[in-house]
Amino acid sequence: MATTEPIIEQEEIQNQGDAWSGGKEPFKASYGKLMMWYFLLSDAFTFAGFLIAYGALRFSSPTWPVPDFVFQTHPFGDSHLPLIFVTIMSFLLIVSSVTMVRAVQEGHRENQKGVVFWMLMTIIGGAGFLSCQAWEWTNLIATEHMTVTTNPFGSHVTDGVYIDDEHGHPYASGEEAETFEAGDSYLIHKGVDEHTGESSWIQRRFSFTTEDGQEMIGQQQFGPKAFGALFFFITGFHGFHVFSGVVFLTIICVNVASGLYVKRKNGYEMVEKIGLYWHFVDLVWVFVFLVFYLL
Amino acid sequence: MANIATQSQPEAIREDMLIEELGFDDHFHDHHHGDKYQSNFITTYIFSQDHKMIAKQFLITGMFWAVIGALMSLVFRLQLGFPEESLAWLKPVLGKWIEISADGTGVLSQDFYYALVTMHGTILVFFVLTAGLSGTFSNLLIPLQLGARDMASPLLNMMSYWFFFLAGAIMFASLFLSTGPFSGGWVAYPPLSALPQASQGSGAGMTLWTLSLVFFVVSVLLGGINYITTVLNMRTKGMSMWRMPLTIWAFFITAIIGLLSFPVLVSAFLLLMLDRGLGTSFFLSEIYIGGQALDHVGGSPILFQHLFWFLGHPEVYIIILPAMGIVSEVLSVHSRKPIFGYKAMVYSIMAIAFLSFIVWAHHMFMSGVNPFISNFFVIFTLIIAVPSAVKVFNWIATLYKGNIRFNASSLFAIGFVSMFISGGLTGIFLGNSALDIQLHDTYFVVAHFHIVMGVAAFFGMFAGIYNWFPKLYGRFMNDTLGKIHFWGTLVGAYAIFWPMHYLGMAGVPRRYYSFDAFQAFAHFDGMNQFITIGAIVTFAFQIIFIVNFFYSIWKGKEMTDRNPWKATTLEWTTPIERIHGNWPGKLPAVQRWAYDYGKDGKDFITQVEPIGPDEKEVH
Repeated sequence: MATTEPIIEQEEIQNQGDAWSGGKEPFKASYGKLMMWYFLLSDAFTFAGFLIAYGALRFSSPTWPVPDFVFQTHPFGDSHLPLIFVTIMSFLLIVSSVTMVRAVQEGHRENQKGVVFWMLMTIIGGAGFLSCQAWEWTNLIATEHMTVTTNPFGSHVTDGVYIDDEHGHPYASGEEAETFEAGDSYLIHKGVDEHTGESSWIQRRFSFTTEDGQEMIGQQQFGPKAFGALFFFITGFHGFHVFSGVVFLTIICVNVASGLYVKRKNGYEMVEKIGLYWHFVDLVWVFVFLVFYLL
Repeated sequence: MANIATQSQPEAIREDMLIEELGFDDHFHDHHHGDKYQSNFITTYIFSQDHKMIAKQFLITGMFWAVIGALMSLVFRLQLGFPEESLAWLKPVLGKWIEISADGTGVLSQDFYYALVTMHGTILVFFVLTAGLSGTFSNLLIPLQLGARDMASPLLNMMSYWFFFLAGAIMFASLFLSTGPFSGGWVAYPPLSALPQASQGSGAGMTLWTLSLVFFVVSVLLGGINYITTVLNMRTKGMSMWRMPLTIWAFFITAIIGLLSFPVLVSAFLLLMLDRGLGTSFFLSEIYIGGQALDHVGGSPILFQHLFWFLGHPEVYIIILPAMGIVSEVLSVHSRKPIFGYKAMVYSIMAIAFLSFIVWAHHMFMSGVNPFISNFFVIFTLIIAVPSAVKVFNWIATLYKGNIRFNASSLFAIGFVSMFISGGLTGIFLGNSALDIQLHDTYFVVAHFHIVMGVAAFFGMFAGIYNWFPKLYGRFMNDTLGKIHFWGTLVGAYAIFWPMHYLGMAGVPRRYYSFDAFQAFAHFDGMNQFITIGAIVTFAFQIIFIVNFFYSIWKGKEMTDRNPWKATTLEWTTPIERIHGNWPGKLPAVQRWAYDYGKDGKDFITQVEPIGPDEKEVH
């Protein structure tokens, strides 16, 4: 025994010292895992391109809707809690990353049942996120009438007093008029015309004082078009990533359950690879969340 | 395998013994008995997963596109050189794009002129010089020179080719649209690209163009991810990064550039697709078309230019770096000298790659970007001259006092250096934002980029084809025809592009159909004719190459020695038969760097030869 020990030691030193000298995997990662990393790197650049476009368009626009105002609705009625629904969504997605970590960990322990259970949890988290996004989109499109070319969310640039009420009719005498301050956001609603029965935009009129003291009448203007287009496209592109992730998670989960990976030499590496992808999608969401909802 | 031993020279027998003795046994042929990858016609020649076959597929598809792209340039050169002559004889090929007037003379349709210019650029930049050059040689050489059986993922490698094929098929289909292919320039600036009604080619032509290029990017990314992973993970025993041939370094860094820049192009294209399809305004601001105000507001066409050139500039290095790698290798082999300054070469490639990401706005000096921003981009653009010059001096120093073998391959490599110097120097002019005011969008720019990345990259590609043709097909190309091809192309290329510098300095704008309206340019008619004739003659010399290429595949001189150039690298230790898995037995173990030429009185020492007892290893 005494003679073999130094040899093992020497080999270990060699392995550490010449990881790059060929015949080895310098990052101790299989080619599949490396490829996933490089794919994610390139995908990060795609998202970066979108977010830079977002920044460029947003900062070239004179006003921008206030996220706290735009994203305050949720399916359980309007409680005027800003960002409440998206917080739930984000929480679901982040937690699904934790469950993914657990699935990978069970994979290392070669515990088939554990992997299946935690992958199922991750799938539920992902599907939950997608359902929330579906509701958010439905609400924005069907209830608030935002599209990729129309943005009914605007922001006031002056202080003022509304002349029209929420239905577009002038306030009756004695009614208390609504006031607003510069920076307040508003949503232009759609109303049905009583005579023709057609729905049309209600752009409320308001009075305000200009800097040189003149009294002026203004009208609610539509917000920057880019808001709707960027929102739907970037959250949609991210949602597409989540959707693909859920599909792949499901396929791999079925493969785990069927025992396909038990026989393989690299065991549950597939779970690890989809895990990398899943964490990446979560990380991207953090950035999307930051620029669309927080800033 | 017995016939290899009898055919080969004694040195080949010694190499085989060394591989057998010191090599690494991965039991490849035990697993792949019967060769499931190459069992029938379809898996051998069509959906092949063998990197050598995929390399050939990339090469031949690239050549197909090169011919189409070159023919397009001849048609628009005819218009520019001989605007008075009748082009009615082209009617059978171009159909309605030749407009016949009452007296029977035919003129090229103006719309189609722009389509030709656009397609020429797109095809040459993406399909020929990206896929055809990097796709061919990365696939061929990365596994062979690193001592790998194949790419890390042969399946993704095959998909990379077929996505490229799909991209090509879509682009080819767009040539036959009744409204013509896209005609807004290969850079696809909005609003011409973003408004389907902006011009004839902006409709269906642009839709297919974008679709095609998105598939092309998928192909590049699949290929690039594979190249990077193979270089990192699949190097054989002893092949440390600093022992890799410069070709591999170039392909490796090229793949990294592609991986980081092409995705941004995808971002731009997806946003462009929405502007076109859904009426969004990412790249469109207030705009009138045909006197009618459009419903777009708030977008920025400059934003597209930023996103485009973030790919567009690295793209020219994606084109030129593989050619540089090939030239470094070919020059060293054929001048029988180690490459001068190996590490300096590697560091320059890295420096060029890094700088390529922070110079993109030098394409946009005249687009209305802030002049203070221009300063930044001018400085970094000019700094690129430093690593480029390091490379040029190293190539010249490699040739200096070399025992140069003048054959088609080495001539093209030397021609590359000539072209790179000529084109590189004009780059210093264009990199100055002040000079760019005069030179922007003139023929000076056309001359610059054609010489420095068009012709130079082609020269690198030709050098590579003549050099590695035996490895691809087991036969040689005819060297006399190759030399004729070289001299014709060298003289022809300068004849075409040299005069363009003068046109450009005089302010003649590029992309114009006719200069009739400008009296000042009338005295350039003769020069334009000269350029056109030069282009036709140069194209004729390329026919010699194509004939030589295809004739040699079947009838060329057969290879009898598996290392005909007496090179040191691993690809020449594989059998002439080009078997699947590359080496019949063990994988070779690498003992030294790739450039031991003329060392210790020996002509060359292959990489499998161990360092002798009283020999010092070169780094």
